[in-house]
Amino acid sequence: MRTGAQIVLEALKRVGVDTVFGYPGGAVLPLYDALYDCEIRHILTRHEQGAVHAADGYARATGKVGVCIATSGPGATNLVTGIANAYMDSVPLLAITGQVATNLLGTDAFQEADITGITLPITKHSYLVKKVEDLPRIMLEAFHIASTGRPGPVLIDLPKDVQVNSTEADFPEKLHLPGYKPNYHGHPRQIQLAAEALAEAQKPVIMAGGGVAISGAQQELLELVELIKVPVVTTLMGLGVLPGDHSLNLGMVGMHGTVAANYAVSECDLLLAVGARFDDRVTGDITHFAPKAKIIHIDIDPAEIGKNVRVDIPIVGDAKSVLRALINKLEPLQDKKEWKEQVKDWQEKYPLNYKQDDKLRPQFVVEEICRLTQGEAIITTEVGQNQMWAAQYFRCLRPRQLITSGGLGTMGYGFPAAIGAQAGCPDQVVFDIAGDGSIQMNIQELATAVNYRLPVKIAILNNGYLGMVRQWQELFFNRRYSSTTLQGNPDFVKLAEAYGTKGIRVKSKEEVEPAIKEALDFDGPVILDFLVEPEENVFPMVPAGAGLHQVIRGEEE
Amino acid sequence: MKHILAVLVENQPGVLTRISALFSRRGYNIISIAAGETEKAGITRITLVVDEDSETLEQVIKQLHKLVNVIKISDITNDPLIERELCLIKVYAPPSVKSEIIQIVDIFRAKIVDAGTETLVIEVTGDQDKLEGILQLLTPYGIKELVRTGQIALVRGNKTVQYVEEE
Repeated sequence: MRTGAQIVLEALKRVGVDTVFGYPGGAVLPLYDALYDCEIRHILTRHEQGAVHAADGYARATGKVGVCIATSGPGATNLVTGIANAYMDSVPLLAITGQVATNLLGTDAFQEADITGITLPITKHSYLVKKVEDLPRIMLEAFHIASTGRPGPVLIDLPKDVQVNSTEADFPEKLHLPGYKPNYHGHPRQIQLAAEALAEAQKPVIMAGGGVAISGAQQELLELVELIKVPVVTTLMGLGVLPGDHSLNLGMVGMHGTVAANYAVSECDLLLAVGARFDDRVTGDITHFAPKAKIIHIDIDPAEIGKNVRVDIPIVGDAKSVLRALINKLEPLQDKKEWKEQVKDWQEKYPLNYKQDDKLRPQFVVEEICRLTQGEAIITTEVGQNQMWAAQYFRCLRPRQLITSGGLGTMGYGFPAAIGAQAGCPDQVVFDIAGDGSIQMNIQELATAVNYRLPVKIAILNNGYLGMVRQWQELFFNRRYSSTTLQGNPDFVKLAEAYGTKGIRVKSKEEVEPAIKEALDFDGPVILDFLVEPEENVFPMVPAGAGLHQVIRGEEE
Repeated sequence: MKHILAVLVENQPGVLTRISALFSRRGYNIISIAAGETEKAGITRITLVVDEDSETLEQVIKQLHKLVNVIKISDITNDPLIERELCLIKVYAPPSVKSEIIQIVDIFRAKIVDAGTETLVIEVTGDQDKLEGILQLLTPYGIKELVRTGQIALVRGNKTVQYVEEE
């Protein structure tokens, strides 16, 4: 006989979970009681949102399922942003919420919230467990669904009495999910068509997205690129799937992508999109997106194909499997000389740049973090200018290196995600590149980082503004800085000290290197408060509603 | 354009909510939805009538497929179909017009299932055209209440929409 709480923990151990993030409360007391003498490490955050983002960061950094636990009612609703965030970026996540006892369900009991109802549109699947006998099956199903196909968050709502009740029921040998059969292998005929199209193309481009990282297809991508010499652009989620210093990597595409990447997509005659979903931040005005190109789209989620753009050759399947099959069908190709020169010309003419002077500019800070960590650090970001500068100036060398809230754009994500990434990758350096706005959204997690000795480094690009919103106000709203000036910011150095750790203020360019080194040498979390140029803007930029070919290169234009 | 989808789902709590939430979230137009048990225990069949162009319909089907409890979706719009909907109509029927209404009921092979001093309740079963037809004729008398089940449909002949369990 096992109780519901014991079944949960045993299921976690069975699937190899060693770390969970959570916050206790009335309706999860039985589960926390069982955790008390369980070898699974529980990291107590200071807010449920911290727990869910940490589980998400853990999952993205390690490729394993992230698990978070919260109590019913407010505990559960505090997970909502994090669940939506994981859903948008296809992160395998299991959220376990306590719930009022089954006899109280539907009575507006104390701390009751219909969390399965609330999260219906932002979960891959969810369960409200009413009988403990169902729990072994549900636990295994939930893990399977979260981690296979296109990964995503699954929520299990666990009434208090179900945690307490006992059952003989055992874990099923085999799962029975007749409506859930992800398709991993692409259709051979479609792959043949894609191979033919690639062989014929004169101006081909590969657009690689986060699906390549999730699938672990970086080796296949690299082989394909080198076999047929195709330039690659990546989405924000795809940064690192091809090393940032590879000669055929044109960098990020989209709103703040490189000029070369945006021009290449606009001019190409064939676009092979793999594990990307044509988000509006990637495509710009859809009517001008890759207007001359035949489009091949490889994705494991059939619903992504043809959703936003017309596709000529759809291939439903896992990136790794499909790319391998594609490589097997292709002969090595020569460089397309004209196209190669054209692309190179764009790269040379319009590199990423910012003003080189004595001022402390945020781009410089990111470049220095990259240099001083040999480009190896795991980078998490908040959302806004800090995120875009991190994406542009930190050259990722491998997938799962840049951990950022792409689809939902969640401010306050980066720091707890860094905690999760650090918990999952204790031997890596983890940097959260933050803004002074975003960092305050989950600043309470400093206590978590200190408490669990997770030596996350926080680089605040402190410009005293909600910088990205301010940038839009500057460019499109006549410099009317409505509610974007952050007056009353705390002293971040003292704040770090108040939490019992280190804070370093950096006011000038010369101080950057010693400060980063000092942070790296310190065995514990550090806040680096970089007082950067307040009105620096992120360029290049494709204005909202414009096509990628209309990318603005910088202030001079 | 109107499409009829036969959707087989696992009979799990919340499955209808998931489907209707999907339609509202993605802004798909739904004309009617009718659900009930099937020949197989634990499997529910939902007949969805949607009004969308073929591109959106493709998305509707793909999005429905993403729901874990949805097993099978068949677009049976272009199959030879038996389409039925049941409709109960309470119509204002003072003695002066009663016999006229009874004639209409006869023409449509509908049934009178209840009579009050000033009303008749008519039960009519049929495809959309038939239902629209009788409603059009009854409207001038004053329809006081109307309730419809939503359309169900079955493909004629040997073709079936069934869940075949894999081993």
